[in-house]
Amino acid sequence: MSKIFEYLKGLTLWELLKGLRLTSSYLFSRKVTVQYPEEKTPQSSRFRGLHALRRYPNGEERCIACKLCEAVCPALAISIESEQREDGTRRTTKYEIDLTKCIFCGFCEESCPVDSIVETRHFEYHGEKRGDLLMTKDDLLAVGDRMEAQIARDRQQESDYR
Amino acid sequence: MTIKDYFFELTSWLPLELSLTLWTTVKIMAICVPLMLSVAYLTFAERKIIGYIQARVGPNRVGPRGWLQPIADALKLLCKEIVIPTGANKLLFLTAPILALAPSLAAWAVIPFDSTLVLSDINAGLLYVLALTSLGVYGIIVAGWASNSKYAFLGSMRSAAQIVSYEIAMGFALVGVLIAAGSLNLGAIIRAQDSELGMFGWFWAPLFPVFIIYFISGVAETNRAPFDVSEGESEIVAGFHVEYAGMAFALFFLAEYANMILVSALTAVLFLGGWLSPVEWIPDGIHWLLIKISFFLFLFLWFRATFPRYRYDQIMRLGWKIFLPITIVWIVVISAMVVWKVPPWFANSAI
Repeated sequence: MSKIFEYLKGLTLWELLKGLRLTSSYLFSRKVTVQYPEEKTPQSSRFRGLHALRRYPNGEERCIACKLCEAVCPALAISIESEQREDGTRRTTKYEIDLTKCIFCGFCEESCPVDSIVETRHFEYHGEKRGDLLMTKDDLLAVGDRMEAQIARDRQQESDYR
Repeated sequence: MTIKDYFFELTSWLPLELSLTLWTTVKIMAICVPLMLSVAYLTFAERKIIGYIQARVGPNRVGPRGWLQPIADALKLLCKEIVIPTGANKLLFLTAPILALAPSLAAWAVIPFDSTLVLSDINAGLLYVLALTSLGVYGIIVAGWASNSKYAFLGSMRSAAQIVSYEIAMGFALVGVLIAAGSLNLGAIIRAQDSELGMFGWFWAPLFPVFIIYFISGVAETNRAPFDVSEGESEIVAGFHVEYAGMAFALFFLAEYANMILVSALTAVLFLGGWLSPVEWIPDGIHWLLIKISFFLFLFLWFRATFPRYRYDQIMRLGWKIFLPITIVWIVVISAMVVWKVPPWFANSAI
């Protein structure tokens, strides 16, 4: 008996009509599209974008060439060479990040004992030819110089949780 | 002076046969050009409406509010290379898109837009339409076969089986209309729906199950969602047109959308009284046909945004075990209604 009832109910297309009613209600619903270049979604202060190397306020670079980031990098994207300066400190002579290898996991940033390598909020960058996405030490320091205010603000905001 | 007289006066220096041919060409252009434009903007409407149903806004970058999007799409396809796969049958490969598009345009010859506005007022209009809409499947089958690709071949096989199955239900649905109207001429079919009952005198009322079945079969016939197994992008990439690019692909696209408009127009003409007005204070005319066509086109898009694709055996089951029996039963019912002059629809039928 119930089988016959189900069959007749199927003939009325009842469930299809219910589906149509549902989708038609979405036709008039609020649209969630973000009009990207003009509008942007909010970013976390923990956002992991383009890398940067930071400096101390006196202009000295922070990196001490401990190579923890190179060791922890799961994508093997970082390569470092170092030397000892005349004043006895150890500094990098080469610090390169291959952004085409990098997976933006943020381990380098977490491993860094002096907060030197960081990931900034900047993510809208591109390379136009092969090699453009291989960031050299100078490139990374330049990003750090350009975005220091933002970087410092983000670290300050997150300092309670680190 | 009508446009026709004016035209013949302009071309009076030509031989009469030539000016007659020219006049027919002008009439064909008068149908095809607006049709192609509406196909272009139907793709735009589809993207917009489906976007809205999915709570996003759809294309809005090209031109004001996205209104130049179809033009950009057409230009892009025109500029692209037509890739012919190795091992493909070149002649058939290039003929197939034309085979798909031509019938969907040719069928418009008998659609009456108005009580006087029809390209060719032939007596066997319904048969002509039925023949041409069935012919469209050859384009798909030939495309799938000539591509020399297994996905294309699978797509065309599915499409062939599906269209053959639904063609029968569709044909029987048309028999119902034929019995109710007593004519094969599409203009006469609309005039038969004109009664004092207004919109309830149109054939959707006495032929309600057949009306629903005809439209659903039409959706299946045009290979649209939820019956789009011949494309089945999640199963067989793009089905029969997987090997096509550029303008050859664009022709398939045009054919699909032109077929959608055609099925909508036919449903409007056969079941919703074509140019007839449902209300008294607005006169009959082509605007009513256009409104009805738009309504069915919206249904096409709404279905696509709502229903998941049918499984292949379910499509066959629906066509053969549900639609076919119902249409046959309803042919008997409608015949009885006509013979016994059942009011309110057939109180003064001719038989």
